[in-house]
Amino acid sequence: MTAAAAFFYLFAGVAIASGFMVIASRNPVTSVLFLILAFVNAAGLFVLMGAEFLAMILIVVYVGAVAVLFLFVVMMLDVDFAELRNGFQRYLPVGGLIGVVFLIEILLVVGSWTIDPGLVQAPLGNVAAGENMTNTAALGRVLYTEYVYFFQLAGLILLVAMIGAIVLTLRDRPGVKRQNIAVQNARTQATAVETIKVPSRQGVEV
Amino acid sequence: MIGLSHYLTVAAILFTLGVLGIFINRKNIIVILMSVELILLAVNINLVAFSTHLNDITGQVFALFVLTVAAAEAAIGLAILVVFFRNRGSIAVEDVSMMKG
Repeated sequence: MTAAAAFFYLFAGVAIASGFMVIASRNPVTSVLFLILAFVNAAGLFVLMGAEFLAMILIVVYVGAVAVLFLFVVMMLDVDFAELRNGFQRYLPVGGLIGVVFLIEILLVVGSWTIDPGLVQAPLGNVAAGENMTNTAALGRVLYTEYVYFFQLAGLILLVAMIGAIVLTLRDRPGVKRQNIAVQNARTQATAVETIKVPSRQGVEV
Repeated sequence: MIGLSHYLTVAAILFTLGVLGIFINRKNIIVILMSVELILLAVNINLVAFSTHLNDITGQVFALFVLTVAAAEAAIGLAILVVFFRNRGSIAVEDVSMMKG
């Protein structure tokens, strides 16, 4: 067994095991941590396949952003997670049945299916990493030319998601003092300071 | 020798785990969102496996877009979850039907 095969079985085994733990663990925090492990191992699989750029993006985007977001939300919400697992036993038989049937069907398709050898010899057009080009360069060469509109659309989707998330979670609580910078800047000496001539021995009404 | 079908098998198992997670964690929407992430990860493994096997980089470009949409979906989903928790004090998805109309 070569080193590549050994690493494939390592990454694949750990990814599947942690994927199982994501759905089976009792505590959602543990689920998130196993999700991170699954993503890291999937990144390892990507490296084995020769897609280094996607592997690094997977780690940066998923482990660095999405999984941490999940972790924040899980820890921020004060939820009784034990109560949420009440239906676990009830849904397990039908869910397990559907899962097993589904897996067998997919594996039958994967096992009994071949690819046209002519297709492998003649690439469809956008050649992946050539002899003197890295995976990142090959990806960038088509991403910014042929798929530039899709790339812009992806940026737009992220912008909409950002605005949507902010709009959804921003709340205006009544009775909370907030800083109003426009009002602060609009203050002048005339409106802020009042000079009163105090008569002697009489004081002044405040 | 590790070929295309090995990667497809891993992706199929991960996909099935994701679907199974949606079924057996019906009440816990956080785990459901994580299962969706697992499903999208499996799809990405499929895309990259075919991309490298056919020596065509288009699959990796699409995997990148799937990654983008998955990140956006996670952010929006968690934002909706936080708002729902703020309104209801719980994240049980069984009584989400209050949101209708």
